[in-house]
Amino acid sequence: MGLKAPYVTNYLTQHFADDAFGQVDGYVARGGYEAARQAISRMSPEEVSTLVKDAGLQGRGGAGFGAGLKWTFMPKGNEKPKYLVCNADESEPGSFKDRLLMERGPHQMLEGILIAAWATGAEKTFIYIRGEYAYAAKQLQRAIDEAYSRGYLGARVMGTQLAHDVVLVRGAGAYICGEETGLLESLEGKKGQPRKKPPFPAMYGAFGMPTTVNNVETFSHVPHIIKHGKDWFRTLGTEKSPGTTIFGVSGHVVRPGLYELPLGTKLDEIIFEHAGGVPDGKRVKGVIPGGMSMPILPAGQLDVPMANEFLRERKSMLGTGGIMVMDETTCMVRVASVISYFFRDESCGQCTQCREGTGWMNKIINRIERGAGSSEDLDVLLDVAGKMEGATICAFSDAAAWPIQGLLRHFREDFEAHVREKKCPFPASFEL
Amino acid sequence: MSEPTALSKDSCARIEREMAKFPKKRGALLAALHIAQEEHGWISLGLAKTLAAMFEIQPIEVMEVVSFYNMFYDRPQGRHHVYVCTNLPCSLRGGRGMLRAIESHLGVRAGETTADGRVSLGHEECLGACAYAPMLRVGETYHENLDVEQAKRLIDALE
Repeated sequence: MGLKAPYVTNYLTQHFADDAFGQVDGYVARGGYEAARQAISRMSPEEVSTLVKDAGLQGRGGAGFGAGLKWTFMPKGNEKPKYLVCNADESEPGSFKDRLLMERGPHQMLEGILIAAWATGAEKTFIYIRGEYAYAAKQLQRAIDEAYSRGYLGARVMGTQLAHDVVLVRGAGAYICGEETGLLESLEGKKGQPRKKPPFPAMYGAFGMPTTVNNVETFSHVPHIIKHGKDWFRTLGTEKSPGTTIFGVSGHVVRPGLYELPLGTKLDEIIFEHAGGVPDGKRVKGVIPGGMSMPILPAGQLDVPMANEFLRERKSMLGTGGIMVMDETTCMVRVASVISYFFRDESCGQCTQCREGTGWMNKIINRIERGAGSSEDLDVLLDVAGKMEGATICAFSDAAAWPIQGLLRHFREDFEAHVREKKCPFPASFEL
Repeated sequence: MSEPTALSKDSCARIEREMAKFPKKRGALLAALHIAQEEHGWISLGLAKTLAAMFEIQPIEVMEVVSFYNMFYDRPQGRHHVYVCTNLPCSLRGGRGMLRAIESHLGVRAGETTADGRVSLGHEECLGACAYAPMLRVGETYHENLDVEQAKRLIDALE
């Protein structure tokens, strides 16, 4: 039931075919924990943050914020305990890379956590893993126990002055807990409703203490940057988006799966060369490039390099690198129905625009799909989506609006055809 | 089915160990609910009161957490949970068709439990198995790359 190694590997996943890499002995035998030892014993915390900042590591959890820069926001001094949180709540539809990193490379992630702990002065890390990832949680807990028993965690990490504890916390099925302040609330044993910012987590985070939240993949890159340096890291990827990422390809492709490739790899290369293109000789109709919150791209725009600076020009974003491919039979109103249902179901209900907007979008889209929509419905839909942007406590509402706006931008004709013909004109599309 | 109100000694000891991992014991509430549900299958009002006393909070604060998260149940459940992923990547590869087929095979709709109390059926919003669709989970175990016949056989084999 665990995941296999990706089809294409690079430094993050090069040993993932090897079961031993997931165990402490196998990890150490392949050079594991050397980067942490080097960082803790030979570099100051500031030097570590600066190195990671200069390497240009962007957070891999969706927002793409600079990881090293984020670490420098933590207050200096030890008046209050400081915490790290590893966001392992991977729930963005289309994304399953963090699951792989935890199942096949738990020590690599723990080593990244240790290095970040040294850089930020954090005494403890809470790993918040989504409740459904029971198998990954089991692998991770085993790795944590191994790390304690071998002195890679605990009072004197590898005999150095660093003390660090790691606690694994299981969520219980709520997408919003992937939002960093929703996660913090959940970690405190509450409903996962996001907090108003400021104050930001670096000042007031978990249990009111200074906290840095990073994603599973972000931590996993860190040991490699320490080991090989910033210049090496920048030889991969683009100037603004260095390094690799693990793209998850799903939907209508011959070889759905995971592919570790440099950022900036072109979307059409990933779909056609790596994932084998669309089955049965069908054509692509549209592709969601970065998890479900990110706007769709039509077939004519697949030559885009997969990095934020290029995807933004096409009014989309890299997000979590979850690529969903839809073939020519696909009804884009049905796609909108599935997407809007998801956001309606997962809205935490705090903000009016989001709670009401997600519900109304879903109702209007379903009316159109049934053939009962009017042409004004399309304008109402865009009006509702527009009012959901930038008006709420967290970015969930924006993330609910963007994909619907994207579908109307590129596939308005699908919506209009439903209104005109008073039925769904795509009988061969996937079942709703 | 009578309503559970008490936790075993073992569950209480596990919950106390979880509490010690957090700077404030409330942090262990999700873990405690997982443990209580492992023992009883659902969180009754009586259990919520017991947990509230342990955490020194009000029962309503326990129940609002129960109702917020999909994986906590405020009513009795079937012996097995079968959850089919119906989000977009799974839908594109037949996830919803598979759910419909299972619904008619079991004679219940998603969200219901079979009359013999064997299976609670549900649908799920993305389980992180997007390339291995269609898929479902039985309890905590993922079953990926299924077709309808395999799914039916799998469910029929549940006791």
